[in-house]
Amino acid sequence: MALLLLLLRPILILSLFHFAPIFHSEAALGSVAEEDFSEELLLRPLPDRKVLAHFHFQSRAPHTNSNGRHHHLFPKAISQLVQKFHVKEMELSFTQGRWNYDQWGGFDPLSSSNAKPPGVELWAVFDVPHKQVDDSWKNLTHALSGLFCASINFLESSTAYSAPEWGYRPDSGSLSGLHLTSSEFESEGVGSGIVLEQTLTVVVQPSSQRTVRIYSHETKLQPSWSLTSIFGRKVSGRCVLAKSSIVYLQLDSSLVAELDSLQKENNISSTDKYVSEDFSSNACFEVSVKPDRVLKELKGFEKKNPSVLYEFSIDKYNESGPFDLGLTWTVPVAWSCQKAPLHVSRFLMGSGNERGAIAISLRSTELTNKLLHTDSNEGRCKLEVKVFQVVPWYIKVYFHTLQVFVNEQPQAVSDVVEKMLVSPSVDKVSPGVLEMVLKFPCGMKSAAITLDFDKGFLHIDEYPPDANQGFDIPSAIISFPNFRTSMQFLKDDSSDKSSILSKFEENSAVLAYTEVLLVPLTTPDFSMPYNVITITCTVCALYFGSLLNVLRRRVGEEERLENKEKEPGWLRKLYAKLTGRPLEPVESTSTSSSLSSSKLKFIILVAGIAVFWQVYYG
Amino acid sequence: MAKTDRDTSKGKPRPIVRLGIFLISHSFFFSVVFSTAGVLALLLLPVLAKNTYISENSLMPGSVAPMLSDQEVAEGNRLIEDLNALKSKPLGSGIGSQRLVAQYMSNLGAEVSFHKFHRQPSQFHPLHFFSSPDSRRIEQNISCALHGVNTIGIIRAPRGDGKEAIVLVTPFNSVKVNKNEALSLGIAYSVFSLLTGVPWLAKDVIWLVADSQFGEYAAVAAWLRDYHTPVFSGVGTLDAEMCPEINNLRGMEENLFTERMTFDGFKRAGTMAAALVIKVGDRTQQYEDSLSIYAEASNGQMPNLDLINTVNYLAVHRQGLRVKVEKLWSLLNMRWLKTLGEMFELLGHYARNINPQLKFGIPAAEYIEGSATLASSLYYQALGIPTGPHGAFRDYQVDAITVEILPKVFTLGNKVRQNDFLLRSGRLIEGVVQSVNNLLEKFHQSFFLYLLTSPSKFVSVGVYMIAFALLVAPLPMVAASLYVNASNSDESMNSEKSSPSATAVDSASSPTTTDAAPLVTLSESTPLLTAADSGSLATVADSASLATAADSSRFATTADCITLSSWKWLYAAKKSFIVYLWGSVVSLLPYFICQIPSCTPTTSFIIWVLLSILGLVVMYGILASPFSDANDSKSQKEWAILKSVTLSAAFIGLCLMSIINFATAEIGGLLMVPMCLMAHPLKLDVKTRSLRTISRAVCNLVLGFIGFPPVTFIVLKGAFEGFSSINVGDFWSWVESLWAWNSATYLYIGVVHLPCWVLCIHILFHHC
Repeated sequence: MALLLLLLRPILILSLFHFAPIFHSEAALGSVAEEDFSEELLLRPLPDRKVLAHFHFQSRAPHTNSNGRHHHLFPKAISQLVQKFHVKEMELSFTQGRWNYDQWGGFDPLSSSNAKPPGVELWAVFDVPHKQVDDSWKNLTHALSGLFCASINFLESSTAYSAPEWGYRPDSGSLSGLHLTSSEFESEGVGSGIVLEQTLTVVVQPSSQRTVRIYSHETKLQPSWSLTSIFGRKVSGRCVLAKSSIVYLQLDSSLVAELDSLQKENNISSTDKYVSEDFSSNACFEVSVKPDRVLKELKGFEKKNPSVLYEFSIDKYNESGPFDLGLTWTVPVAWSCQKAPLHVSRFLMGSGNERGAIAISLRSTELTNKLLHTDSNEGRCKLEVKVFQVVPWYIKVYFHTLQVFVNEQPQAVSDVVEKMLVSPSVDKVSPGVLEMVLKFPCGMKSAAITLDFDKGFLHIDEYPPDANQGFDIPSAIISFPNFRTSMQFLKDDSSDKSSILSKFEENSAVLAYTEVLLVPLTTPDFSMPYNVITITCTVCALYFGSLLNVLRRRVGEEERLENKEKEPGWLRKLYAKLTGRPLEPVESTSTSSSLSSSKLKFIILVAGIAVFWQVYYG
Repeated sequence: MAKTDRDTSKGKPRPIVRLGIFLISHSFFFSVVFSTAGVLALLLLPVLAKNTYISENSLMPGSVAPMLSDQEVAEGNRLIEDLNALKSKPLGSGIGSQRLVAQYMSNLGAEVSFHKFHRQPSQFHPLHFFSSPDSRRIEQNISCALHGVNTIGIIRAPRGDGKEAIVLVTPFNSVKVNKNEALSLGIAYSVFSLLTGVPWLAKDVIWLVADSQFGEYAAVAAWLRDYHTPVFSGVGTLDAEMCPEINNLRGMEENLFTERMTFDGFKRAGTMAAALVIKVGDRTQQYEDSLSIYAEASNGQMPNLDLINTVNYLAVHRQGLRVKVEKLWSLLNMRWLKTLGEMFELLGHYARNINPQLKFGIPAAEYIEGSATLASSLYYQALGIPTGPHGAFRDYQVDAITVEILPKVFTLGNKVRQNDFLLRSGRLIEGVVQSVNNLLEKFHQSFFLYLLTSPSKFVSVGVYMIAFALLVAPLPMVAASLYVNASNSDESMNSEKSSPSATAVDSASSPTTTDAAPLVTLSESTPLLTAADSGSLATVADSASLATAADSSRFATTADCITLSSWKWLYAAKKSFIVYLWGSVVSLLPYFICQIPSCTPTTSFIIWVLLSILGLVVMYGILASPFSDANDSKSQKEWAILKSVTLSAAFIGLCLMSIINFATAEIGGLLMVPMCLMAHPLKLDVKTRSLRTISRAVCNLVLGFIGFPPVTFIVLKGAFEGFSSINVGDFWSWVESLWAWNSATYLYIGVVHLPCWVLCIHILFHHC
């Protein structure tokens, strides 16, 4: 099945191309004896009539000495990168569009680890002494730039990256990255194996034909889809190189809950309906292919309903009997994905070219209420929020103007901010970085953080192309260390875990990216240099023309001629100009010697001004 | 002659100085020439107008076939029908319509939110004119009746990065559903429903259904204020429990759209690239669908010309709509304008005869149309009051225009006609959205300072500035010449009194003052004179430091009166300063008058005038009296100095105003410049009793009468609308509207025009 799907373009609502090679230097997977490759696809219906497709390709190369530096399956370019730059861990993502945290969920592993801000994000951990990190970073960006044919090399400039201090999941916004510096230098090197994960997450609108669009609210049936309708082709067999080829269909926990309640309305049945192998009895939807296995999520501490995974193994399909998974809804269902603990949005305040403010507003969602009301009885319950914000240097943020509002009441910063790390920006050298750990009371409805800034002036050659569009402030990262995204699925045999599922089991904090902001800065009139050039050229032409005129003119002769001829002929000239006819040659001049010397002075003055101008702007 | 000897020994002064002296010495001739040329240049502007062109290449208007089809129009029609059906149901239609629109929006998959706002009473803020729009709120006394609810739908661009947004605004009175407004909602909705499905969107689209029950502008401005400068503390708590219908809205939302909508929370979508206000006019057109474009924002700011060009291009070349901009209709029938137009046409004809390449002169009819449009463009810019809700956007540097679509007679009943109308206007809006969506940078390529003479013709700042520059150029010239003359004549007078030795020198220099180079004589005669006074400094040439030393010695001799030539202007300056101070006090007075309860405009106006006169008298009494007596007797030509100071002040005021609002300065210049230049004491004129002086006196009286702001207003209003419905209180209402909209024109009238007029009147009735 693999990568050919990339070339097809159905109506992509959000194409989130996430390429994430991650290199684990720890020998966690040391048991692997050979290189292997596995491919998986996760499909998930989304509440807003869209479908999420998450491709996951994983290659593993154990460290062996038998083959030297050759690999069977593993991409050689990547392993060379790793060896050359001593990369311990690295992630590179390309994103188009935005992840909709409200509709597509903000509390699952997918949204926390695979949703990225628009643009390019690169982060890396190096296994080199501290002072070599910057060099390694620059080399790496250039190497990646060539490898991916993208302008990642712009990330080498020190204004574009930063290194967070508190072991954040490092990242930053569009076209800016950061690198972690490993505090303790391990000389272990890349002795152990490498794991490369490549994922592609796409959100697709299934019903492409507009004529079928249903406008009225009541009869809103979720669109039915199949692999053919989404990607335009069937799966005609597994990749021969892959160890395993699996397609998963995931039903959200809230969707399962919704389906349960619908079922209960119709007839009494158990929750295990979806888990059971019997598909014909399912009244809400039909899956065209019978799943090989049905996995149910182990109930987490906060989950009431488990989410359900249907597993389809591609092994048994071939050209004659291709695999085409389809989902057909029979009953209108409306549900909402599990949202992040707080809804985060970031925006600009103020207008004009002088100053403004960045505001981050946090609003509680149903989840927070649900989760925290149980704990709040104990009192002194705190909701911890980490904020990481990189601000480019031309946005001069005044960190002392930090204001925090909780429930629309201004709060003392020290009450809410647990700890804060600020590294102010240095003009043209490094961006400003703000890291904060905030503790909010649990019953909080809404909170807002504002920071004032001045807009800086740039030198004319520092403006990027299309400067009039404005300047980006990269996304802030908001993470909630109190909440963990991990999904454990019940499996019969825990011997060979699929890579997606093991990824889901990783216990990482819930994380959300905010919007990228666009700050309009004052821009000069870029046609100005051309005006200057034009003026300078005119002045030069005038100067040399009149210099030549003065030099080759014989004054005595002319005075004699002048006495003879008195008619200046300016009327005729004017007439000729009006009529547009060429002027008949009339030799007439009227300059005396004294005037010509003053003219000379004037010309020298003008030339001086021109030179000064040129030097000043040049 | 001593003077000429000195000149030759020194060499000629610099050419620019000579030119200045030349202009000043012939100031009368040049002032007449320049001001006539200024007026003439203004009248020529329609002839000089250029065709508009799309400057920003990335706009590419009309490069794509419109996608809006009958299906979307049918959707729009359904919304219109539902809205009209709602009208028949009397109960709770206010919230009902918003709920309906919100439901339609959310069915399309857009993010929907409501925005509550309070009506802000228009208040006089003296220091509010140039400040940025603020987030200040009136906290107390907000009753629920003064609540408006805007409905906002946002389409997130599927593949965009969400940094920028395009705003569509449809004003809609939720209390009284209007047919035309329903139609405009239908247009916007059909476009909106198309945009939810298109893959090419790069910018988010915001559809703001502005609740216009307190005025369209107020609703849009309130939304923009909350968009840009939200207040985080203590807003939501205020109206949460107070207003039942708002809570009603909240409850409704739970029933209908359970997950899609989050009511609380202000939804935003990045930096705004452009905004388009869509209205359907109720003035039906005779023959065809047409389009009116309104662009003027506060203080004569205009949106980028490219936006108007795009709309104009799409409307004319794609949808076949007739585009109009506002005209002063009464100008169309003016006889003199017609004659002028014919004259220009004839002139252009001759010009073309001489050289076919000369593109000068347009048909007379076109000239009349152009000048009517130009006049209205100038008028609305000068007024400084936005001509529609788009004005609110300009305060946040967002380019916006109002597009008023006028349907052909009679559309509303006819189903087929209505569909066609919806389709055409929807495609126009779609085209504009697509063009703006193409923009990579914000609007910056084309002009921001321009006057329109027709939807496709404009006069740029470089051209219309000439008219103003010519108009105000005489002011400093005449001021300088008056000053020089006055100080010279005083000089001679004083020196005659003080010492005979100086008289010789002075009389030698006096003939030259009158004809050739007054400035030079001034600078030279002073040290000469003082040298003669003291006797010891006979060899002193013209050095500035010594001149001041000499001044001080001279001051010692005549200590009791301030008649130093270089300080002469000080008294006049003080006088005019007092008048200007009074002017600013007068412009602050309405703040207090507004506090008086239950005042009709007429009484307010009368109170204002009385208080102003009182203020003037008091100011004169306190500040001016002791010196004025002492001085008036001394200098004969005191009025000339005063006039020169007045002219300089008027010049400075006009130039400053031209930076803030050019059109105001232009119109103000037309009124003020003749008045200032002509001002001459009536007493002197009457004394001379020649035909010239008498006509000058009459002219002065007329100009002085017309120059008084209320009279100007009434005369102009009468000229354009007829004198039948004129009321003194109208002026007050007009002024009130000016400061309610924070128009700088108000400040101009109070601080520049009125004091200047008072000074002119003062000169007219000067007792010399």
